[in-house]
Amino acid sequence: MAISNVKPRRMSSAEWRNVLTGLLFVSPWVLGFLLWTAYPLVSSLYYSFTHYDLLRPPTFLGLKNYIEIFTDDPHFGTAMYNTLYYVGLSAPLGMLSSFLVASLLNTRIVGRSVFRAIFFFPAIVPAIVTAMVWQFLLSVQYGAINSTLQSMGLATIPFLSNPTLAKPSLILIHMWTQGNAMVIFLATLQEVPRSLYEAATMDGANALRRLWHITIPMCTPVILFNLVMSFIGGFQNFTLPWLLTQGGPNNATEFYSLYLYRNGFKFLRMGKASALAWILFLVIVIFTVILFKSSGRWVYYGGEE
Amino acid sequence: MTVSAPSHVAVGQVPGGAEQAPRSSAWGWVVTTLKYVVLITLAASFLLPFYWMASSALKDDSQIYTVPPVWIPIPAHWENYWNAWQTYDFNLYITNTLFKYALPVTLATVVSCSIVAYGFARIRWRGRDLLFSLCMATMMIPFQVTMVPLFITFKKLGWINTYLPLVVPYSFGDAYFIFMLRQFFKQIPRELSDAARMDGANEFDIMVRIIIPLAKPALTVVALFQFMWAWNDYLGPLIYLNRQDLYTIALGVENLRRTIGTRGLDYLAYPYLMAVSTVITLPIVIIFFFAQRTFIEGISLTGLKG
Repeated sequence: MAISNVKPRRMSSAEWRNVLTGLLFVSPWVLGFLLWTAYPLVSSLYYSFTHYDLLRPPTFLGLKNYIEIFTDDPHFGTAMYNTLYYVGLSAPLGMLSSFLVASLLNTRIVGRSVFRAIFFFPAIVPAIVTAMVWQFLLSVQYGAINSTLQSMGLATIPFLSNPTLAKPSLILIHMWTQGNAMVIFLATLQEVPRSLYEAATMDGANALRRLWHITIPMCTPVILFNLVMSFIGGFQNFTLPWLLTQGGPNNATEFYSLYLYRNGFKFLRMGKASALAWILFLVIVIFTVILFKSSGRWVYYGGEE
Repeated sequence: MTVSAPSHVAVGQVPGGAEQAPRSSAWGWVVTTLKYVVLITLAASFLLPFYWMASSALKDDSQIYTVPPVWIPIPAHWENYWNAWQTYDFNLYITNTLFKYALPVTLATVVSCSIVAYGFARIRWRGRDLLFSLCMATMMIPFQVTMVPLFITFKKLGWINTYLPLVVPYSFGDAYFIFMLRQFFKQIPRELSDAARMDGANEFDIMVRIIIPLAKPALTVVALFQFMWAWNDYLGPLIYLNRQDLYTIALGVENLRRTIGTRGLDYLAYPYLMAVSTVITLPIVIIFFFAQRTFIEGISLTGLKG
């Protein structure tokens, strides 16, 4: 971040040259930022105050979109609830499961790289394939799981067709794709200095204490990174619910991004969609700020320069 | 996963892959066995969906809706793979995805992100870190906020139903890959650049002749990730490509899935769908198989503090 105690002073010509050279190299990004980020950001804020259906020029509405969203739109509450539910569960659970698997892989085992590859692989599979594969596995009529249950005389489980089960099923599928988090955790675990463990063992610490007082604290920076990225990603979650459940059953999986997409591209209410997008942005910023502020208490940066 | 897994981790052993002799007690044996049971069960369940997909492709309709499920289809209809591919336009979709999307965008990303990362990593200039923080902050912006205006802009430019909206923005760099490459560039010893500067080389020369060749592993990772991301991308093509002859494989498969039952192609619909899905996953499998090391190291490059 900017150094706060440097007063603006005249720069030498050498420094100017450096600034110009540096700017030259990063100019593609700067230009891209202006074109594809800054300008759309401002535009969407503007559109959020208008009614715009792409066919006629936008008409100014003031705060009407926002008011409608908060007072006149039952789907908004549902979408927000579904998304918060999903994010609130999938981020911690995803992190926990990948951390646990990484811990398991961090021990003395044969074939660590094979296991690692198997656990990582679902993370890079096309979303459409993930959707198809799981739809085909979880289906009530022809899914392997339910057929097996039926053949044993048990009741079937309507994973994706039951409103109560739909979100947990999606969260489960999400956990299946957390291989990249697992790989990061594994690498982090392997970098924890052995000397710490040895010292602790000599002091009489048992396995659980070593985990709680050494392993986990040393991993907290990566845990924070993972949580932040998971939260940000979770709020934008679109492809899987769109392909698997289309927001059903009974709006159980009508996540914010689906709701937004529909408003924009199906109903052609670009103004409202923009308003929804900015609300989402605000929510994400608030969550991220809270997460970072709280991180001062539980994240330990001792291992870094 | 049971909560007791962590204590299995550390009993008698030192995490960090250290080679300490396991306690040769009965307890040690139980723990080790349990550990492998958990791992193998997990691994099997991770692979199960893929196996189910690939083997279902070999079935005929009579084996799809059965109770109990058919795990090993006999007879195995290997011709399903070929027929499914021929029945739909997947050769076109693959060509579209490969030559209009994945390859161009990968090239654009690698080139642009290298240049930008060099500027952020190897030159010291006033305001650099502030600008870089801004770059990082953009990762927090949900795509929905820019999605609508970008669509409108591209519509006005007449770029709908082309691949331009998908490729062009990446010619300007991407925050995630810029971050990744910057991490890597920073680790190259400063003396190399300084020596070249003293010899009169300009920054561009230094970048091209010294830094880039040294950064080949990181560049490979960026290329691999971007390629795969484009191969897998669904939402981008969904928004900008409305004509079927422009579809990528993601759209093609989804289109097929949605029209099952309505095309009068009920027969063998699901096996064909599974066959096609398996085939489009294959390139990823192959790339992954050969580049596994690179992938996993690349992930570590981004996730760790540095």
